[in-house]
Amino acid sequence: MNKTATRLVMVASLVALAACAPKRKVEDIPPAPVQQEEAVTDANAGKPIPGSQADFVASVSSDRVYFDTDKFDIDEEDQATLRSQASWLAQYPNKRVTIEGHCDERGTRDYNIALGDRRANAAKNFLASLGVDSGRISTISYGKERPDAMGSDEASWARNRRAVTVTVQ
Amino acid sequence: MNFRYCAALLFLWFTATGAVAQIEGSVTDESGNDLNVAVPVMPTPQAMATPAGSTDVLGRQIAEVIAADLKGSGLFKPVGPGGIRAIGNDEVTAPQFEAWAASGAEALVQGYVRANANGELTVGCYLYDVALKSELTRQGYVIAPRDWRRAAHKCADAIYARLSGESPFFDSRIAYIAESGPKNRRIKRLAIMDSDGANHRFITNGQTLALTPRFSPDYKSIVYLSYLGSRPRIFIYDVAAGTQRLVTESANPTFSPRFSPDGKTILYSMAVAGNTDIYRISANGGTPQRLTNSPGIDTGGSFSPDGSKIVFESDRSGSQQIYVMNADGSGQQRVSFGGGRYATPEWSPRGDLIAFTRIAGNFRIGVMAPTGGNERLLTDSWQDEAPSWSPNGRVIQFFRTAQGNGKTGVWQVDLTGVNERRIPTPLDGSDPAWGPILP
Repeated sequence: MNKTATRLVMVASLVALAACAPKRKVEDIPPAPVQQEEAVTDANAGKPIPGSQADFVASVSSDRVYFDTDKFDIDEEDQATLRSQASWLAQYPNKRVTIEGHCDERGTRDYNIALGDRRANAAKNFLASLGVDSGRISTISYGKERPDAMGSDEASWARNRRAVTVTVQ
Repeated sequence: MNFRYCAALLFLWFTATGAVAQIEGSVTDESGNDLNVAVPVMPTPQAMATPAGSTDVLGRQIAEVIAADLKGSGLFKPVGPGGIRAIGNDEVTAPQFEAWAASGAEALVQGYVRANANGELTVGCYLYDVALKSELTRQGYVIAPRDWRRAAHKCADAIYARLSGESPFFDSRIAYIAESGPKNRRIKRLAIMDSDGANHRFITNGQTLALTPRFSPDYKSIVYLSYLGSRPRIFIYDVAAGTQRLVTESANPTFSPRFSPDGKTILYSMAVAGNTDIYRISANGGTPQRLTNSPGIDTGGSFSPDGSKIVFESDRSGSQQIYVMNADGSGQQRVSFGGGRYATPEWSPRGDLIAFTRIAGNFRIGVMAPTGGNERLLTDSWQDEAPSWSPNGRVIQFFRTAQGNGKTGVWQVDLTGVNERRIPTPLDGSDPAWGPILP
């Protein structure tokens, strides 16, 4: 086997390996930014106001799900996150949400807008499958325009490939 | 790279041995032809004040712009106007060829600036072959003083065209996105400038995210993506009126807008429930026509110069690749097979090449034949993206993103890949879109 062929096989193996690798867990996610106004708590209970964005963030396992490079599938971890969001939404049937789809910086601009839209819709579709009225869920893609993590490294990119659920106040 | 270097050395050797006598050459080969062009200050018969400054100052500034244009093309080694002898009025049409030859000049650009009684300027532009002691071309421009840079670009274009045999490209404009602010809250403003970065003007104020502009071929409007009201949609901005309108009414996000070469049609992408396809619509509105219907992401898109075909990108095969289809959406065929991902295809105005972003580790700008094949990568950096062709299809602008801080800049490279430089912008810059040669 010549050198090029050897390298091709090596690359193909790496690609295959990457495809088999379990989805990287994103650790140490900082809490979502909470607006000052919404952070105002009920003095008596010491808890966020029921139905507020702060209450949403405090009640669900996470306000966001993460994706592999160029992927938009909802895996088991994402499903658990979205189930917690769906149960909160069931508690507050008048609340509407926007799901923001995002990508890492290692994609071209137009493609990332389309990919972010795919991710936001994947999360939306799963919420809808859990019984959340899809009319309560809007989506928007920011492509690579609004990264959460600032670095140019795998850990930052993993944090930026996300769909974030935000309550409409 | 090695080939180009060797070609340049060969050329130098031929020059040194006198095997190359003609100063006219081709820019399509990679000859590394650095022709020595003297560009002295353009004299004025009488220094007169104009709204753009005194004619004697303009004579120096015009020569400076011509020299900068020629240098930026990568084909010429201009000398002057600083550091070389100023010529007298009587010399403009009667060059001192022996003296210029002795200074090493192979070509000579002379001219004059004259203020007319009606307030206009006349700029003369003469190109001479120093060795042959002959005039190669002459041009005259009558312009408003504020347009003096255009006269300089027109003169540089005439020189470039005469010496290279290629079409001109300096007298043209760029729409792009001016960027500032931190990486996670980038402020992005629509802006326009001349091809050399001069006459810069911000169009939007930065309160709304603006992306991916394209000039209409007549420069009267700009189509771009705006996040106005947190709804990403494409708008047409009227440059003279300062107003904008939606290209198409839709509840779905629209993006990636492109004008057809005749300006009558706009291509765009629309995402419906996560699926993105390419559509076309009259620039005046009307009913859009859907061109792609794959379940993958189909986006981008660029017309062939005759408007009969469209090159676009799709991940229907599993990763971003380049496809060509007829302008009605029929006959879709993949043309990129080089490994890695291929994105942002742009058809050269000459029709002979497609420029693209190749993603294989880093992002690099490359070109290939419209039928696929003959691929050449022109840049090698961490992230170079979104090529846009010069009007003559010989130079490509793109934007370069820095690893880490995400700062961006507009760059250009010629088809040899050797002559690469940054275009000066007041802020960071991305998404450059080069318009056609000005009328």
